[in-house]
Amino acid sequence: MSPFPLPIDTLLGHWQSYIVYVIIGFGFGYVLEIAGFGKSTKLAAQFYLKEMTVLKVMFTAIIVAAVLIFLASALGLLDYSLIWVNPTYLWPGIVGGLVMGVGFIVGGFCPGTSLVSAATLKIDGFVFVLGAFFGIFAFGETVSLFEDWWYSSYMGRFTLQQFFGVDAGVVVLGVVLMALAAFAFAEWSERTFGKGAVGKQPRWRLGAALVLVALAVVTIILGQPTNADRMARLESMQNDILNARAVQIHPAELLSYLNNRQVVPYVIDVRGEADYNAFHLPGAHYVPLDEVLTHAEVLQLQPRNTLFVVMSNDEAAATQAWRILNAEGIANLYLLEGGVNRWLDTFADAEFQAAYRVRAGGDDQLAYAFPAALGARYDAADPNPAAFAGLEYTPKVTLSVGRGATGGGCG
Amino acid sequence: MTTMTRNLPRAGAGTRVARAEKPYVHPYAAGILLGIVLFLAFFITGNGLGASGGMNRLLVAAQDVLMPTHIDRVPYLLDMAGGDRNPLDSWVVFISIGTVLGGAVSGWQHGRTKLEINKGPQISNRTRLLMAFVGGGLMGYGARLARGCTSGQALSGGATLSVGSWVFMFAVFAGGYLVAYFVRRLWN
Repeated sequence: MSPFPLPIDTLLGHWQSYIVYVIIGFGFGYVLEIAGFGKSTKLAAQFYLKEMTVLKVMFTAIIVAAVLIFLASALGLLDYSLIWVNPTYLWPGIVGGLVMGVGFIVGGFCPGTSLVSAATLKIDGFVFVLGAFFGIFAFGETVSLFEDWWYSSYMGRFTLQQFFGVDAGVVVLGVVLMALAAFAFAEWSERTFGKGAVGKQPRWRLGAALVLVALAVVTIILGQPTNADRMARLESMQNDILNARAVQIHPAELLSYLNNRQVVPYVIDVRGEADYNAFHLPGAHYVPLDEVLTHAEVLQLQPRNTLFVVMSNDEAAATQAWRILNAEGIANLYLLEGGVNRWLDTFADAEFQAAYRVRAGGDDQLAYAFPAALGARYDAADPNPAAFAGLEYTPKVTLSVGRGATGGGCG
Repeated sequence: MTTMTRNLPRAGAGTRVARAEKPYVHPYAAGILLGIVLFLAFFITGNGLGASGGMNRLLVAAQDVLMPTHIDRVPYLLDMAGGDRNPLDSWVVFISIGTVLGGAVSGWQHGRTKLEINKGPQISNRTRLLMAFVGGGLMGYGARLARGCTSGQALSGGATLSVGSWVFMFAVFAGGYLVAYFVRRLWN
């Protein structure tokens, strides 16, 4: 597994981990201030083409961060699937953006810069902050009037590399080149409209541009890791875990979590459609093995106290699914020991077993022949936990808080 | 020795003892530093940067104290502060606290912390402050509508290549440029 992002919640403790955010925020505020973003006149000048500081700082920051993020991911240091990518709600984003653009030129700040401005005692910055609080308050009071629209045009975690259907490195290079073109335009515009108000540009910027382009090319050459790459890298570690039987949980342990209000179990049934229709656990998600990888994105969006359990008839397909999902960085991931066959051996009554257990099993096929495709309506699909309270097993589940983004954006 | 020279009044700076105002860092240099901060935010925590979200949660925390029953009736607020949920229990609140601290330290260090109003030459202080409030209101409303502000959407989503964030970014610039001509008196 890529070492970053760090599980800071686990490393430092919940409230202590917020120290890290204070430090990052400190760096953010400091840099905004030294860029001159605490001064409204400097920000507003952007819109009269005299001084393009806002464009330069913003786009430089974006391309530097993008190059570093995708280079780190290509090197296997950072797991891109664990970092927060703002979900796309197309129309609310566009309308909100337009409203903010107007607010920017009328008020002279955006929310982040107004905080810095107020922190350096600019009265207009302070009043802007008050206005922003009022706007946020007004939104909370009025959002119910158009809530359906606010949730509309949702496209989920939708990235430019998905949109263009190319490797992320190619998009990064494209963004870098686009930004460099924008800088050339900005410098021309400052010379033309600003009439020398902006000083000479330093020569090192050309070298810096070359470095960024070179790093983007390296990112393309390395390529973003695929699931197969990650599985290959993790193979020996996964073998150790699986051979130690550390993640194969007893049917009774799963049953206890299915009836536990503190955790959210998410059962993934990777068997074929016929087997699933014949019998499955209540609430089990039907995800055939070849769709498990694409389903990983859905799993990444589940709450952090989710317990993921994969199951097949015995263990072979479930083990494969576990390897795939583990390589995708899914935390709290287990598989059902002995699969559906062991579940039925444990919870179906003797009469049912005598009548329908027709095969020896062990080949990951269903060992039971069901009289009808009743799915989750068999008694054994939803056994009464009290009746099986005496079952002994070794508890294996340890829920970790997980790592990566917690809600991201401006949540 | 250094402290002494620092406290000496400079020529033309009047007799007030104050730190001399230092020039801003070059935009490209500031951009590179900002990019590194943004990258580290993602690299270490998986979350990007944000500002309006932190302000939102501070506001909701105040509302939760002043009118708790109201919070429990509005779904949007409920999500943050309903029942025993603490609206301040979120990373973005602490980013905002850090932002204020970082801005304050840099402003003080570079002699730019002073009580003043920045405005265009043609308008009164009153107009400037009124417009700052109106603009802030639009910004706050728009930022929640778009689910993030310049930091949380444009910077963070831009660097992680989110389609919605790039569209959003162009919308912000479009909105600003569309209206800039009509409010030119405010700034020029």
